[in-house]
Amino acid sequence: MAKVKSLADLKKMKEQLQSKVDLREKGEDPESRVQVKVAMATCGIASGAKTVMDYFLEELDKRSIDAVVTQTGCMGYCYAEPTIEVKLPGQEPVVIGYVDVKKADEIIEKYIKNGELVDGIIPMNYNTIDNQ
Amino acid sequence: MKDLSLHILDIAQNSITAKATLIQIAIVEDTVADTYTITITDNGYGIPPDMLARVTDPYTTSRTTRKVGLGIPLFKQNAERTGGGLTITSEVGKGTVLTAGFVHSNIDRPALGDIAGVVVILVSANPSIDFVYTHVVNQQSYVFDTREVREALDGIPLNEPSVIPLLKEMIAANLEELQIG
Repeated sequence: MAKVKSLADLKKMKEQLQSKVDLREKGEDPESRVQVKVAMATCGIASGAKTVMDYFLEELDKRSIDAVVTQTGCMGYCYAEPTIEVKLPGQEPVVIGYVDVKKADEIIEKYIKNGELVDGIIPMNYNTIDNQ
Repeated sequence: MKDLSLHILDIAQNSITAKATLIQIAIVEDTVADTYTITITDNGYGIPPDMLARVTDPYTTSRTTRKVGLGIPLFKQNAERTGGGLTITSEVGKGTVLTAGFVHSNIDRPALGDIAGVVVILVSANPSIDFVYTHVVNQQSYVFDTREVREALDGIPLNEPSVIPLLKEMIAANLEELQIG
């Protein structure tokens, strides 16, 4: 692929990009996509949230997982930064702390692909039998 | 913060929180006057005067999840360490301008870091906000404007996963040509 350097180069790629968008839009509903939110306040950024977000943006695309990667603010777990929130389609979101690139890989392979829970979950919104 | 680009990412979050629709990031390098100035301008809801007087105080924050707000104080500390400084002006309803001045040649000025990555993260995570990133080195400059990119892409969302790496590549290639310091 030729290097993109100007807006004109970007325009040339339009058709190719449009076909990818069309492909995605067949599965329309945003609820059917995996949602990853990286906490990006001062605490998160200082502990490496940018590296984690770069990794998710790159790897999810590479591994052909239809996901939306976005950012959120500080959830009050500054000690456990970088923290991320992952929401699988039709499920409650899960907050995971101490995420580095290695952990992010584990999250993609185990939780996002197979729904298998990983270590480091912050019980922010879990329900016990009693309070349900 | 490891580098200046992370400070920019951090400060831009404040603008996003302030519901800005246009965020302008400008880095102006002047090797003759030996200055390195970072300006972040937004059209968000602004900071009231009493809050503005306290924003550089680390115990000031508008958050409720914690009691400290270190983004601005840390940026200020880094600027002052090189012999520069940080100023903020704001008007409620109009927006906020934050300027951090560094001495270009000072050994304590942190590296810029992955600014292309930071701009792309901001754009992809906030597709409804427009970003303008200007980098000036003496007489030469590069401008990245999402309004122009939107027009070029003609309806393809800016946060489309296959667009993101192209934007990053485009910014990085232009900055390389500019020989940023």
